[in-house]
Amino acid sequence: MSKPLVVFDKVQKHFGNFVAVKELDFEIREGEFLAIMGPSGCGKTTTLRMLAGLEAPTHGEIRLNDRVMNDVAPHERDTPLVWQSLALFPFLTARENVEFGLKMRGVDKAERKERAIKWLDKMGILEFENRHISTLSGGQKQRVALARSLVMEPQILLLDEPLSALDAHLVIRMQAVLTDLQRELGITFVYVTHSQSEAFAMADRVIIMGKGEIGQIGTPKEIYRAPANQFVAEFVGRNNILAGKVKSVDGGTARITTTSGEFTVPTNEVQLVEDHNASFVISADLVHIASEEPVGGNKAYCKLISEEFVGSMVTLFLEDAQGHEFKVQMQERELSKFDLHSGDEIWLSWDTQSAHVLNES
Amino acid sequence: MKQSRSLNFILGIYVVLIFAFVFAPIIFSMIFSFNSQRFPTIPLGEFSTEWYAKVLADPDIWKAARNSLIVSCSTAVIATFLGFCTAYSDFRYNFRFKGPYLALILLPPTIPLIIMALAMLAWLSKIGMSGQLYSIIIAHSVLTAPFAMAVIRLRLNQMDPDLESAAWNLGGSEWQTMRHVIVPFCKPAIFSSLFLTAAVSFDEFAVSWFVSGLNSTLPVVVLEIVQGNIDPQVNAIGTFVFLTSMTLVVLAQLFFASRQIKGLHA
Repeated sequence: MSKPLVVFDKVQKHFGNFVAVKELDFEIREGEFLAIMGPSGCGKTTTLRMLAGLEAPTHGEIRLNDRVMNDVAPHERDTPLVWQSLALFPFLTARENVEFGLKMRGVDKAERKERAIKWLDKMGILEFENRHISTLSGGQKQRVALARSLVMEPQILLLDEPLSALDAHLVIRMQAVLTDLQRELGITFVYVTHSQSEAFAMADRVIIMGKGEIGQIGTPKEIYRAPANQFVAEFVGRNNILAGKVKSVDGGTARITTTSGEFTVPTNEVQLVEDHNASFVISADLVHIASEEPVGGNKAYCKLISEEFVGSMVTLFLEDAQGHEFKVQMQERELSKFDLHSGDEIWLSWDTQSAHVLNES
Repeated sequence: MKQSRSLNFILGIYVVLIFAFVFAPIIFSMIFSFNSQRFPTIPLGEFSTEWYAKVLADPDIWKAARNSLIVSCSTAVIATFLGFCTAYSDFRYNFRFKGPYLALILLPPTIPLIIMALAMLAWLSKIGMSGQLYSIIIAHSVLTAPFAMAVIRLRLNQMDPDLESAAWNLGGSEWQTMRHVIVPFCKPAIFSSLFLTAAVSFDEFAVSWFVSGLNSTLPVVVLEIVQGNIDPQVNAIGTFVFLTSMTLVVLAQLFFASRQIKGLHA
């Protein structure tokens, strides 16, 4: 494991009576692509702004390379940020925008120009070097903003929802540009977003934040398959969440009684106690459908409410007799074998090992 | 379609009438400034530039023109600087009593000019600063700074608030950011404000008359001539003052308009 580049040590941020960040304790490793994800107002942008020095922590310490950063002015830090609004200087050309940081740092004119041209070229927008910002398209502006930060050759690059203003097809392309850049340069990226697809597609590790606290830190796969708690499970979506009481615990598995029936789950490391509340999730893509009742195992009989297509993937929204919602995700060509319509009833089933017990907090 | 056409026609006539109402006296004054007759009567006499020649030959008028130029240029610079500072403090900071602070700054244009002029005279003579050229500059700066502030504030409101933070984030200190981001962004508004305040100062009469002492500006000289007798020289000076002011105001508008159009793209 590489050494931590940034350490958040019991960091809190209050705005008057409003607590934006309750308590953050985490590390950012050198060279990793870290995404901080959460719903709006969860404190993720505040966290990033504290790292850039634009907000000062109310309590706790932020250390960069073992140096306490709390009282370091933003312009004395080397933490360039790519802004959600891009914040390009409208009265400058593309190249002048890229040169701006170097100019502030007192780099001489010839070197400024050379380095700016190198980065504009790298971002594939050299032909626009003398164009004014207002004449560039969204994607081009995005690249200017990236070049403007990267020309500083920082150790760490901060990105605040940089793709949120782009069209869907551009987002995918920029994601590829960003991951390639990060691998090639070996710079640490801290990427704040509310979009799960962006975070999961690019990041090595993801921090899920909610209400100023960390819900979970882990690889995208860990978070997707093994959400730590109900908040993460719900935020990640495409999860079936079932809550009930523990009926019996038997070695590595337990029986849990819910309003939708009785199910077997693997206990993993979670301490389950008989008669106590417990909940578990099953990813929507691990649930199978069948027209005949499956023999044994975990199953539920549901009515189809609606379907949602995203490309070749379909998400089915179903309800059992008790009104509990289930989601099933599958390939469209799989589904076409069933000839299902809204209101039809069908059996759902899943392997015991597909279920994941949540830590109740 | 038909309805809107007749409506447009009526509106067109309305606009023409308004313009006629506003500009007729000025246009008459211009016409009479080229008229050989001493009294403004119709039918007109011959075309003549004798009044202009007379004006140009008068050293008092030259002196007044020089005074007007010095006053309006100095006022423009001082008022625009003050206006920029207040507009920026409004943009950047939140503090208690900000509302009253802004109201106080915008107050001078709402005070009747005569009251303002009297107050200025009383105060400036109390501290021994009346009757000088700089007295007019001080009074005019007070009078026009609110216009400067309004124009520049409008521009700052169009600025992405992240722009300033972005400059800090890229290593710019507060002063560097002011010089390389805030001022360039406000440049059209700063020019607009310079022309506007210069125009207001150039043809302001009441305050100048009270505080100027012997250092008359052009509008004051005009009054002095008119008080003595009827002299078509006034028409010639009036034409010059009007053209100067209009040029300044049009320049201010051009900067204003060009930045609105740019604003649409940004």
